[in-house]
Amino acid sequence: MREKPRFPKCYKIESKPHKFCPGCGHPLVLKMLGEAVDELGIGEKSVFLVDIGCSLLAWDYFNLPTAQTHHGRTIPVAIGFKMADSQKVVIAYVGDGGAYAIGLHHTLTSCLRNDPITTIVVNNTLYAMTGGQMAPTTVNGEKTTTSPEGKNEEAFQTLHGPEMLTGIANKNAFLARSSTDKPLVLKQYLKKALETQMDGNYALVEALSACPLNWKTDAKETIQRLQELEKVFPLGEFKR
Amino acid sequence: MIGSSYNGIEMTEFLMGNRILARAAFNAGAKIMFGYPITPASEILETWIELSQKDPSLKSLQAEDEMAAGFSTIGACLAGIPAFTATAGPGNILMQDAFSMAEALRVPTVAMIMQRGGLSTSTVIYSQEEVRLTCFGGNGEGFRIVYSTASPQDLYDYTLKAFKAAWQYRFPTFILADGYQGKMKGVVKMETKRGKKDKNVVPILKQGVNLRNCYNLEEEIGEVIVNYSDEYNRVREKIEEAEEYQMKDAKVILIAHGIVAAAAKPAVDFLRKDGIPAGLFRPITLRPFPTRAFAKFLRQVEKIVIIESALGQLSELFKAELYWINVPLTEINKPAVGFTPEEIYKTISSLQ
Repeated sequence: MREKPRFPKCYKIESKPHKFCPGCGHPLVLKMLGEAVDELGIGEKSVFLVDIGCSLLAWDYFNLPTAQTHHGRTIPVAIGFKMADSQKVVIAYVGDGGAYAIGLHHTLTSCLRNDPITTIVVNNTLYAMTGGQMAPTTVNGEKTTTSPEGKNEEAFQTLHGPEMLTGIANKNAFLARSSTDKPLVLKQYLKKALETQMDGNYALVEALSACPLNWKTDAKETIQRLQELEKVFPLGEFKR
Repeated sequence: MIGSSYNGIEMTEFLMGNRILARAAFNAGAKIMFGYPITPASEILETWIELSQKDPSLKSLQAEDEMAAGFSTIGACLAGIPAFTATAGPGNILMQDAFSMAEALRVPTVAMIMQRGGLSTSTVIYSQEEVRLTCFGGNGEGFRIVYSTASPQDLYDYTLKAFKAAWQYRFPTFILADGYQGKMKGVVKMETKRGKKDKNVVPILKQGVNLRNCYNLEEEIGEVIVNYSDEYNRVREKIEEAEEYQMKDAKVILIAHGIVAAAAKPAVDFLRKDGIPAGLFRPITLRPFPTRAFAKFLRQVEKIVIIESALGQLSELFKAELYWINVPLTEINKPAVGFTPEEIYKTISSLQ
């Protein structure tokens, strides 16, 4: 018996193989998102908006209306789209730099307003596309090109996005973190996040992700590092 | 030149400029305004919110900053809903990120720019220091439509045109006014109801569309820029607009835009009384510049006087387009300060 590899139905097959580096966590997050969209049957009404940085490489990943915008500005674009067409399920796909540094005020404000959009943050603890610089999510001791001595948490705390938002989120909002090491859990969270939007509420899911290129890790070390990160960034749902 | 369609019954009102702009956006078919408070533009958002209290089909969002307001305007336009924003000065600077992307993705955003003083924070009152920024404020070539208004009626008429032009040509479009025009009250004729739905207003980001403005190769984006430029040049004559006052036999041509042009008009009358064959050429579209309209006067012009509340931002536009003219040119520049007709008259008289 032969079985064809099964891609999510909403995949744009013409754009495969994808543009991400080997070992990158993005394709796993996107595959789980694609399956979540398929399983919820919302392919016809989903709109996918991507940031710059590595997430921009997903600009033609899906057969969904997709637009690539700027550093953190994906969130306001998503809000504008949703206000204009409330029947759509609008997804803002951003990195940790976009969501927690350059676009942090957009993340905070959209959570404060309980905007019915779904923000997916792919957190690999650094700026990957630009060559591995320090981000607000860079962990204590982590060496990056702009923290060559290792980041000192005494001088710059590590930002925990979903936890931070618990202080300001609406009681019906959905906040969660999973890992590309646990893709099926991630998919469940993504589904919940999309359902939360369809119920009219704000949702943010952070996906811990790997960047072997900038981490300078081989396959085994990459998985190990991801699992270590799961101790710094606890997985689960976060309630107000 | 784009015709404005009058559908409803007209009524005359005495209104503040910023309130005219919001009412005009409503009549133009706008559905959502995204804004962030800044003097001298804030009443536009306030008036829009008042309108949306009466009409539940209208929406508004006071964003967290101008970047969010600009990008949310893009989001709504992508969904096929006429949306707009308004700002001034430092807010205009912040919004350039969004306007630059609107150029790149060909998104028909409409923005009302109420020029306040420049440099930087400056005054909250008036200048013509945002010409360059509004026309070319991006890392690109200025594929934009910029209408410079000179009266309360202009604020109304060109807002209607701005929405029409934006969706017809898909270039980000601006109504460039200033704090004087925004805060001043004046007489305006307006329709009592909104116009018919524009057939060009359709969803942009729909099934089967993947939009990017990030490219791998120099040649790829180079080709996009050339294609946009070709398209811009192909349609620019349909968009270009200028007002010509006493130009038929004018030999001394005054060039001014916006409210300075309004002050230059009586100055032309004063000069004519003294026997000086003066005329006023007022570019209404600063982008695209009404080059062809001016070219008609190349045979008769003996002297050009450019008057503006900035240090040469208008004359820079003029020179860039009409560089071959070998005619004496004088610039009267009062950066961030307004003009009276009398002083324009006196200054030009002293040049004769």
